[in-house]
Amino acid sequence: MTNTMHRLAWSTARLLPIVALIVAWEIFARSGAVTPFMLPAPSAVAERIYDDALDGDLFINIAVTLYRALIGFAIATVGGVVLGTAMARNTAARWFFDPIISVGFPMPKIAFLPVIILWLGLYDVSKITMVVLDAIFPVVTATIAGIAGVEKELLWSARNMGAKDREMLWQILLPAALPQILTGLQVALPIALIVVVVTEMQMGGYGLGGAMMQASRFANSRGVFAGIVEIAVIGYALVAAMAVLRRRLLAWHQEAQEGAGV
Amino acid sequence: MSDGLAPKAAASNALVRYAPLLFLALAWEAASRLHLVSSLALPPLTDVAQAWVELVQSGELVTNGLSSLYRAEAGLALAIVVGGALGIFMASSRLANAMLGPLVELFYPMPKSALIPVTVLWLGFGDGSKILLIFLGCMLPVTIGAYNGARGSDRHLIWSARSMGAHRLRMIWDVVVPSALPEFLNGVRTALALSFILLVSSELIVSRQGFGYLIGYLGANGSYEAMFAVVLTVAFTGFLADRVFQFVVMVLLRWRE
Repeated sequence: MTNTMHRLAWSTARLLPIVALIVAWEIFARSGAVTPFMLPAPSAVAERIYDDALDGDLFINIAVTLYRALIGFAIATVGGVVLGTAMARNTAARWFFDPIISVGFPMPKIAFLPVIILWLGLYDVSKITMVVLDAIFPVVTATIAGIAGVEKELLWSARNMGAKDREMLWQILLPAALPQILTGLQVALPIALIVVVVTEMQMGGYGLGGAMMQASRFANSRGVFAGIVEIAVIGYALVAAMAVLRRRLLAWHQEAQEGAGV
Repeated sequence: MSDGLAPKAAASNALVRYAPLLFLALAWEAASRLHLVSSLALPPLTDVAQAWVELVQSGELVTNGLSSLYRAEAGLALAIVVGGALGIFMASSRLANAMLGPLVELFYPMPKSALIPVTVLWLGFGDGSKILLIFLGCMLPVTIGAYNGARGSDRHLIWSARSMGAHRLRMIWDVVVPSALPEFLNGVRTALALSFILLVSSELIVSRQGFGYLIGYLGANGSYEAMFAVVLTVAFTGFLADRVFQFVVMVLLRWRE
């Protein structure tokens, strides 16, 4: 009982700096030191978000942005794990893709956005393609590292007990590599969000990024700040959800038993 | 090891290693020359190379490139200094950690590209808004790297430095900074990659100068060879920056052996 109380008190204490920041923002914005155009008060921003929620725009934009980000992320996950597994298990695949991955990973893929627009047009396909292009690299390298790190003794004993290739992959290699793969996904997810927002800003239309650019063009600073808050909340929620998923999936793993954070 | 053989072996090794890239380049050229794809969608690589030479000679690529690099460097430098100091401050004071920790945690997962329109709102279309964007976007990975590094630094080292009468600042510089260095540099590497993403994104969306602007401008005019040339230049600049940074890290961490 006291434990729960203690925890509750602690999480409340952690909220204090955030509340303080919002109060300071409100006071500063109302003080007249800056114009409401430069920095609208949080109450004004909240009002704007509320209005957007009432007329339904907010939910359409969030749904569209999430759809693009998550479809792209899902494709990057499957593609990245498949490619990474192939590279870890097959010499020819490794020879062919290794230089492409090692040169492509540090490249700012977002520079290819105009090329992708030229090829695939202005709609969802090109946005999702950009997300995949950017998010797949961390998944591939994490999968390779994860599979390479599986203990040899584990492989030997599985072979000894007569495991076939397919069983080895699904029952030994991928589960043992899962912690690293999940770390790769935790890197890829924020990248997917950054990219989806940029593509939406660039191409316009529905979506949180597009709505922000629209507001910016009409010099509607409340709309711009509302967009930032919305995108920040979405980002925070997805990253937190990913951490929960990790704990769930790795409940069997040492990591969970040790109670390590993040 | 004999002197004559090693470089030759290294060269042929590199050739085998990078052959797939060569193969991709040849496939690109062939696909375009044989009209398997429209040369509008994919101009032949040799034409792209020629356009690149022309862009360099006309000075367009150099001026815009320098302006981009200046923005990235300035923003990143600010992020490293402020972010690093913040991380060490958080690691060295419990109060600072209690005050700033939740804020860092709140803002870290935020997709930083959302800040593009705000920085434009505040500072307009020029250098200032890009530098501010890159600074804000790259600061937190550095902060977290410095914080984790400094927090993990050896307590015994700190105690013995203190018992030998080291001042607080002196001790941070001599003991905490070196042991925090690997994690800190890891954070900087993430920030470096982010700085390129944010730079190019913001220049593509709103700018009158820089790599991103040049790509958009050339694309809008339909000079796709030149557009591809700039896109590849940006991509390889990002790649090179990462490799140079890795080299610097290797040199900086040599003492660890």
